[in-house]
Amino acid sequence: MYKNLRWKILIIVAVATLAVWAFMPPSERVKLGLDLKGGIHLVLKVETQEALMAETETAREQVREAARTAGITVATARTTGPTEFEIGGVPAASEAQFRQLAEQQVGGSFDRESIGDGAYRFRMRVNIAANRRDEAVRQAHITIEKRVNELGVSEPIVAPYGTTGDRIVVQLPGVYDVNHAKSIIRKTARLEIKLVEGGPAADEPSLLAKYNGQAPDDMEVVPGVSPTPGDLARSFYLVKRTAVIVGTDLRTARESVDEFNQPAVAFTLNRDGVTKFSKATGENVGRLLAIILDDVVVSAPSIRERIPSAEARITGVSRPEAADLSLVLRSGALPASLTWLEQREVGPSLGRDSVAAGITAALGGLGFVVLFMLGYYRLAGINAFVSIGLNLVILLGFMAYIGAVMTLPGVAGFILTIGMGVDSNVLIFERIREELGTNKGARQAIGAGFDRVFRTIVDTHVASLIAAAFLFQFGTGPIRGFATTLFFGLVSNVFTAVFVSRTLFEFILSRKPAGAVRLSI
Amino acid sequence: MRILSNPNFNFIRWRWHAVVLSLAVIATGAATIYQRGGLPLGVDFSGGTLILLKFEQPTGEEAVRQALAPVASEAVVQQSGTEGNEIMVRLPVEAGVEQGAKLEEAAIRVMDAITAANVGTIVDSSKDIVGPVIGEDLKRKGILATVTALGGILVYIGLRFRFSFAAGAIVATFHDILVTLAMLTWFGYDISLNVVAAILTIAGYSVNDTIVVFDRVRENQRHVRREPLEQVVNRSVNQTLARTIITAGTTFLAVFALYLYGGEVLRGMAFTLLVGIVTGTYSTVFIAAAIAIILSPRPPGQVTQAQARAARA
Repeated sequence: MYKNLRWKILIIVAVATLAVWAFMPPSERVKLGLDLKGGIHLVLKVETQEALMAETETAREQVREAARTAGITVATARTTGPTEFEIGGVPAASEAQFRQLAEQQVGGSFDRESIGDGAYRFRMRVNIAANRRDEAVRQAHITIEKRVNELGVSEPIVAPYGTTGDRIVVQLPGVYDVNHAKSIIRKTARLEIKLVEGGPAADEPSLLAKYNGQAPDDMEVVPGVSPTPGDLARSFYLVKRTAVIVGTDLRTARESVDEFNQPAVAFTLNRDGVTKFSKATGENVGRLLAIILDDVVVSAPSIRERIPSAEARITGVSRPEAADLSLVLRSGALPASLTWLEQREVGPSLGRDSVAAGITAALGGLGFVVLFMLGYYRLAGINAFVSIGLNLVILLGFMAYIGAVMTLPGVAGFILTIGMGVDSNVLIFERIREELGTNKGARQAIGAGFDRVFRTIVDTHVASLIAAAFLFQFGTGPIRGFATTLFFGLVSNVFTAVFVSRTLFEFILSRKPAGAVRLSI
Repeated sequence: MRILSNPNFNFIRWRWHAVVLSLAVIATGAATIYQRGGLPLGVDFSGGTLILLKFEQPTGEEAVRQALAPVASEAVVQQSGTEGNEIMVRLPVEAGVEQGAKLEEAAIRVMDAITAANVGTIVDSSKDIVGPVIGEDLKRKGILATVTALGGILVYIGLRFRFSFAAGAIVATFHDILVTLAMLTWFGYDISLNVVAAILTIAGYSVNDTIVVFDRVRENQRHVRREPLEQVVNRSVNQTLARTIITAGTTFLAVFALYLYGGEVLRGMAFTLLVGIVTGTYSTVFIAAAIAIILSPRPPGQVTQAQARAARA
């Protein structure tokens, strides 16, 4: 009668085997979310305005420098916004030449507009600005990724977050020292080497005395450490705005020691860097060179001779600082600073407690449901147990196969899947009972029961699937785990409650005489 | 074994009573929510800090509250955990966060104060610190997800059933969500991300439950076309009653296990599901069917050929 029975059973066994194979061994294959494993979840914002500002200032200096080289003295050059700068007081005689020079220098990315009296406003093109923003976020993303990887965290996540385009989510499972993690991620690590024009001085006024208290346009004041080792007093340096060496000229950085065997960070320069460095040192023998990290002078050695080699050192750091600093220098500088928007930490034992609680709840729920089904539907209860149990096995296998993350709400998803399984089974069993009540034979009753209920099961599952799908859209982290579990639980429930359960009934019937009317249900 | 053999309760007779009862619950809930100045949003949506501390020994919440009084008077302290050794501290969002102030400043202050007051040895802790920007973002997304999910279900029901039935299912679903929100407010549960997920699940469950009855109505109408709608609906509710009770009962108990053993983090979610299961079952029997009948064309009892055909579609 049921000639396909053998094939159906084979399919079921194959699916079950595949599912079990997919999540074996569970400790390796089932990925736990942060809420179960413990760890840190951070959402941060890249301050893209800063990157634009830096770009604008560089452009401004380029234009001014080009004008100066051509013998045009401009009266003012100031940045008026993140994407805007103005140059004023261009002598009337050289305006045409100035315009040509400006076009050459920044024409590709800035629109120029004359605002009268030899003054010009430069505004970064909108598409260029958008581009720079994206670039800054992308660079921050890559930099953070490198740093996180160097921290040696297993399975960290660094990913874009939300729709604003400037947010990044960082997840570090198994990391509990949030302050250390944040300081590593956030360290701007902008390394610059600049020529010292004046100082060190104890305060700003004495440094600027010979410039009438105002730093010249092409120079800036940077605070820093005293050149005498061991002197803790703060001092100030007047340095050239344009850096000799910037972070991108760096090849690598590592922990090292200085000549007094104190911890230090040694860094080497790439070919470009070496060329620039050797030229600058050759031209400025006897002057001081400031090594500036994140706008603070960390050391200011004097140039004794032209330095053709490619290694330099940052001294005066502690050993852990040296390790962190070399890490962040290696991973490159962040293009802009970061702001923390969200921070979640789950302690290790609280994660473990949650796993235990979740498993207890799921097993308790399952145990109760199975007892009830066996008591109420007798042998058909075994049927329900097999289909619900298989549903959970398939779900777990599928989660492991696609690498979905198991979260605490995901555990709730498992429990609801048990609920859905019960619902479908009860729906079918009650219908079979009803059909048996109309004096149908067991075979017809089962056939009619499954056929009539199938449509209802499809309707109910589609409605719930719609809810789960939208939930997934909305979700971050834990909620996604819930939505994923619910979604695939529903899909596999259609298979187990309808196909598997029916096959089981058919299997039982196939061992009974053809006209059987009794059924343990 | 059978819970009910051939039940024949006249549910439909009680439809107006049910509608009035539900409206009363929802109105009272709305009044409470209004009086408290809005829904009790958790830190996920309002922004702020939620700290869960696990102590070595059971620790009273009063001791923690006293320790925090000088540094964080606005902190809400609550004891939790099965052994009474867990304390939850909730703080509102810090002013100036995102303008350079430290996001975790409040959390640090709380941890320092508790350590200094020596209330007990902290074994482990979890912290959720949500800045106002992310809170707003999650709120927007949460509302969007709820509205779109309900919209999606509505469209599906609209396609599968005729108007009065689709309306009944949707009204029942909204009813369940509103009653759940009222219960959450009364029982002092904050609306967190997990609770929103649970509410959406309730929406799915409620519709699910309703569809089972409506599918039966549709099937019965195909067999007996001349029967008054009230009778068909009532018979369908009775025919599926055993299933409704068993499913609701078992699911309720499974979720109850989650409520008891699932730990602090899932308690709000489990509570939401428990309420949703009860109200979902009630609304299927009383609200969805009642609305479907109320909205069906008058005079009642005369199902025309056209309607029967429409019902089949």
